[in-house]
Amino acid sequence: MPPKKRVPAAATAQEEDVSMADASPAPAASPELDYDIEIDDQRIRILPGASDTAASFEFKKEDHTLGNALRYIIMKNPDVEFCGYSIPHPSEELMNIRIQTYEGTTAVDALEKGFSDLMDLCDVVSEKFQEERLNFIDQMKA
Amino acid sequence: MAPYQPSQTELDRRKIVGINAETVTDVSSTDYPGHYPGEDQSWDKYKFEDNFSVKIYKNEPMESSFSLIGIDAAVANAFRRIMIAEIPSLAIETVFVNNNTSIIQDEVLSARLGLVPFKGSKQGLLEFLKWNDSEGEERNDVDHNTVLLELKIKCTRNEAAAKGETDPLKAYHNAHVYAKDIVFKPYGRQRNYFSGEDVIRPTNPDILIAKLRPGQEIDVEMHAIKGVGSDHAKYSPVATASYRLLPTISILKPILGKDAEKFARCFPKGVIGLETVTKKEAAKKGSGYEGHEGEKKAVVKDAMKDTVSRECLRHEEFEGKVKLGRVRDHFIFSVESVGQWDSDELFLESVKILKGKCEVLKKSLTNMVR
Repeated sequence: MPPKKRVPAAATAQEEDVSMADASPAPAASPELDYDIEIDDQRIRILPGASDTAASFEFKKEDHTLGNALRYIIMKNPDVEFCGYSIPHPSEELMNIRIQTYEGTTAVDALEKGFSDLMDLCDVVSEKFQEERLNFIDQMKA
Repeated sequence: MAPYQPSQTELDRRKIVGINAETVTDVSSTDYPGHYPGEDQSWDKYKFEDNFSVKIYKNEPMESSFSLIGIDAAVANAFRRIMIAEIPSLAIETVFVNNNTSIIQDEVLSARLGLVPFKGSKQGLLEFLKWNDSEGEERNDVDHNTVLLELKIKCTRNEAAAKGETDPLKAYHNAHVYAKDIVFKPYGRQRNYFSGEDVIRPTNPDILIAKLRPGQEIDVEMHAIKGVGSDHAKYSPVATASYRLLPTISILKPILGKDAEKFARCFPKGVIGLETVTKKEAAKKGSGYEGHEGEKKAVVKDAMKDTVSRECLRHEEFEGKVKLGRVRDHFIFSVESVGQWDSDELFLESVKILKGKCEVLKKSLTNMVR
């Protein structure tokens, strides 16, 4: 490979130098609302471009653990046309869920039903495990 | 129209993940509405309850093994991930080095101390101790969220040792610093929970932390707090939490005589058994046993013990005679605790945490829509 022609640093810097305007000042926080607390509590938000039957939800501080389980249970809903989840970037603690439903229900309702169904599932798993644990203890004694 | 109900053989077939010599087949679940025309695959709590079962094989404080049967990988994996990364446990977070003249650098020593697992009163660890960032009235009650530990040790010559002794353990006092040398300093109400048998102490007392020579000493104070595995692996309450799918082995055509013995050797002990072909089997036309009465045949004894090495698929003589697979909805869990939790409680806690997540986020969702 032929050696690269070295360009004086100053010359390139001059050519590529672009004057930059100051960043616009940060919008002043509105005095009536205490945003800090509100934002901390609110871990779900609907991403722009949503309609009633199709929406993407952004979850803060969630990952594959809830993402995949929720995706599964929402896909079990016959009113849901599509459900998928993604983690847009590994170094951001964000998880997105996309839900598209058929007419007659909404994406928000489908997500809510997903939460309820997953809670029911947890109850069943917990009950059955404890039941079996009692059986197992009896078996061990016998 | 009533939903179409597929036959049991069809349902069993759908559950199997195929395993070939170099490839796998039918990996993804298909139990979603709309996948099979006319079938009702929608979520139903009662249907799930009927199909779901748990089987426990081993339940000891430090280790348990059990099967969850009839659950999807997405949920089983959530439980596994929660056990590893989201169940809180106590570990050393801060080390204050007053003096360290050992050859181990302060930061390396601190990292080693952080990884030492501790145990103590279950009630104290799980109920009394709270998160370090607990706010409000508990903020000043340090005994709620911080555990003070000390390690003060100095190496000296053992005057009583024989002259010319070369074993450092005999020639010196405290040549080795072990986890058991860490002392718990109770503070405030911690005395009510962590005393006598229930004192906070290392799970494994013989972890070697450092080696010293005469004149060297270590004097550190440590603060242990509660954390979760997603923050740092030292907070993970499990040594391992893993699952595997139940293997299946189907012998499609008889494997007889010497072949049967070779077939059994392709698997771990106890997976394949050898039985004698009976008169009745030999008499049955088309069974493949005709004229083989009295010979050995290979039968599947315990597929669960199989490691799915696929060795049997490498030999020509078994080609077309055996099919390997795994049951997609049968998860054999193995949970090994590091001491703060009982291993079965770890699983139940993971279920609780998943449910808790749903509860909180459901509220958050209602909040947002409102």
